[in-house]
Amino acid sequence: MDVGQMQRQWLDYTRSLFIEGFLDNQFLQLQQLQDENNPEFVVEVVSLFFDDSERLLKDLNFALDQQGVDFKKVDAHVHQLKGSSSSIGAQRVKNACIAFRNFCEDQNVEACLRCLQQVKQEYCLVKNKLETLFRLEQQIVAAGGSIPMMELGF
Amino acid sequence: MASTGSSSSSWSSSNWVMENAATPHVLAVDDNLIDRKLVEKLLRNSSCKVTTAENGPRALEFLGLTDSEQNAMNGRSKVNLVITDYCMPGMTGYELLKKIKESSSMKEVPVVIMSSENIPTRINQCLEEGAQMFMLKPLKQSDVKKLTCQLMN
Repeated sequence: MDVGQMQRQWLDYTRSLFIEGFLDNQFLQLQQLQDENNPEFVVEVVSLFFDDSERLLKDLNFALDQQGVDFKKVDAHVHQLKGSSSSIGAQRVKNACIAFRNFCEDQNVEACLRCLQQVKQEYCLVKNKLETLFRLEQQIVAAGGSIPMMELGF
Repeated sequence: MASTGSSSSSWSSSNWVMENAATPHVLAVDDNLIDRKLVEKLLRNSSCKVTTAENGPRALEFLGLTDSEQNAMNGRSKVNLVITDYCMPGMTGYELLKKIKESSSMKEVPVVIMSSENIPTRINQCLEEGAQMFMLKPLKQSDVKKLTCQLMN
């Protein structure tokens, strides 16, 4: 594959992530913040998101596993995850967190456990998608090409 | 918390004017690591020097406003703007705002509150306590550019 083909593949893949709702406009904001001074900005922030999310998902498992569930704590963790997913544009994770918080309010353990599964699923999906995207980027750069700019107006 | 060199820019807070076109020094407070990184980049892209703090007490420490240091130093020479998240464990952004506005050394420094939740009573509460502005998260470059333009005009 030549660089041009790789770039088109990258564009098509990125577009699909937006169309399928995995990513929203906030991800474009992140990409626009990347420049020559910070050529790895998006990867850095997303890596932080991965680490942070994995920690929060573990904490959520633990909190919901307790005899007497502390819903305030559960809600606080979900609030954090909602915040970071929103900040990087991981739309489906964010939406799953919003639903989760509603059930925290209801103090419904069963529903919360289902929500947690949902959030985990969405997180795994977006993680795979983003890792694929970054691999495509690495291939382009390794072949001497540059990453295309995503246009706005989606 | 990121450490920064000392900055001594004097300026008039009544019309937000920066003297000598100095670089605004902003203290950004947020308990979320990703949000801290993001706001830091957004501010740097708008030509600001940035110090970040992960909670209210650390912010107050940086500003020299801890109980033992009240009035010990002129906080105005430290930062030109504080931007803080509202929802933080322990001390909320609102409580931090109050402490800053109650201090003699820092009360004229503009404080901006950020939140992911658009709650009118919360917004009004902050504005009434003297917040310069309320910004909805997630922040975009255009939001921060608008803010820093105001700061430098």
